[in-house]
Amino acid sequence: MINKVVKDAIKATEDIKDGSVLMLGGFGLCGIPENGIQALLDMKVTDLTCISNNAGVDDFGIGLLLQKKQVKKMISSYVGENAEFERQLLSGELEVDLIPQGTLAERIRAGGAGIPAFFTPAGYGTEIQEGKETREFDGKMYLMERWLKADFSLVKAWKGDTAGNLIFKGTARNFNPMMAAAGNITIAEVEELVPAGELDPNEIHTPGIYVQRIFEGKNYEKRIEQRTVRS
Amino acid sequence: MSLDKIGIAKRISKEIENGMYINLGIGIPTLVANYIPDNLEVVLQSENGLLGIGPFPTEDKVDADLINAGKQTVSMLQGSVLFNSSESFAMIRGGHVHLTILGAMEVSENGDIANWKIPGKMVKGMGGAMDLVASAENIIVAMQHTSKSGKSKLLKECSLPITGIRCVNKIVTNLAVMDVHPEGGFILRERAPGVSVEEIKEATEGRLVVDGDIPEMKID
Repeated sequence: MINKVVKDAIKATEDIKDGSVLMLGGFGLCGIPENGIQALLDMKVTDLTCISNNAGVDDFGIGLLLQKKQVKKMISSYVGENAEFERQLLSGELEVDLIPQGTLAERIRAGGAGIPAFFTPAGYGTEIQEGKETREFDGKMYLMERWLKADFSLVKAWKGDTAGNLIFKGTARNFNPMMAAAGNITIAEVEELVPAGELDPNEIHTPGIYVQRIFEGKNYEKRIEQRTVRS
Repeated sequence: MSLDKIGIAKRISKEIENGMYINLGIGIPTLVANYIPDNLEVVLQSENGLLGIGPFPTEDKVDADLINAGKQTVSMLQGSVLFNSSESFAMIRGGHVHLTILGAMEVSENGDIANWKIPGKMVKGMGGAMDLVASAENIIVAMQHTSKSGKSKLLKECSLPITGIRCVNKIVTNLAVMDVHPEGGFILRERAPGVSVEEIKEATEGRLVVDGDIPEMKID
């Protein structure tokens, strides 16, 4: 089996350059590539285009990259938890493309699946439609959306094996599987890395064919945005 | 007496039918989950990849890897299932979710909804709202009838950037229950306890259709 293992986050991300287009998995702070983000901070790469459903919070996740002005453009669906983001956007320092969440997920899926465009009803009749082809199918209007791809995808899984096969936990799966397929080079960080053969093939979510590099991450903080409990 | 948020949530819970898969938005819609009658079997969908949202966890069961679309920690139920974001929106776009309940800043009399952007002020993004309103067959809006400054939120045309066109079926506010007329207009169905038709008319900028006697809402 092809061995995809690299030593750590720094080694895995060493060829990410200024201006690279990145996909980063996660929904809110759930399932984000914490080690990969730290490596980007350490390497001080700039002018990044980051495709990610959210933009972290002020002091965690992609918010850390925004603080250091390493991000040129964000492509996201919801960025409401990040005041620094809102400030940079309103002041024009940051380019932002806001995309309906389902459209974002499907554009990424399409990128990995070799589908250059598709039609969706989301955003028809709204400002999202501007400049896009529209078409009627069976009496309903749709607009055309293009695929999304990335130079590098940074994804986070619960368990992975040396062949790059991945298993996610809970709702930390979210955008990670589609991003794994849509990255030219996909870097997977996992909480537990095991030899090929140890994961049950029936239970693998992302096949290793989509993953070029894998490493076992360290010191996961897994910060919770809204800690809600019942007594 | 106009309704409080809990009153709105309780009234909306009466629209829920046995066997429904339901997506609840953030805010008042989330409260609806607390008032679903015990005799109904329904499944709540969270667009970040969970069908079968359970109650908030007890302190010892809090899991950072298990949240709802509002980023709150949640639990799972027997029969819950997890999936990725693409699959989640395939469920939504594909019409497999029967009922969507969401908040709004404005609704127009032809069923347009605005709830994602205030130009120059709020740029949080639309999240999953545009996909939900473009696809769902049955959309109920939960909101206050007027803004904090007293301006009607039920308009002839939305003034804010819209989230979707001709998509809202029903609106439950602190004052009234209304259906959207297929040819435009808010059909008044029920009044909040003690609220007069005149008061509702006064608070509604769009066309309010009043046909016959309008009963008071029944809320336990």
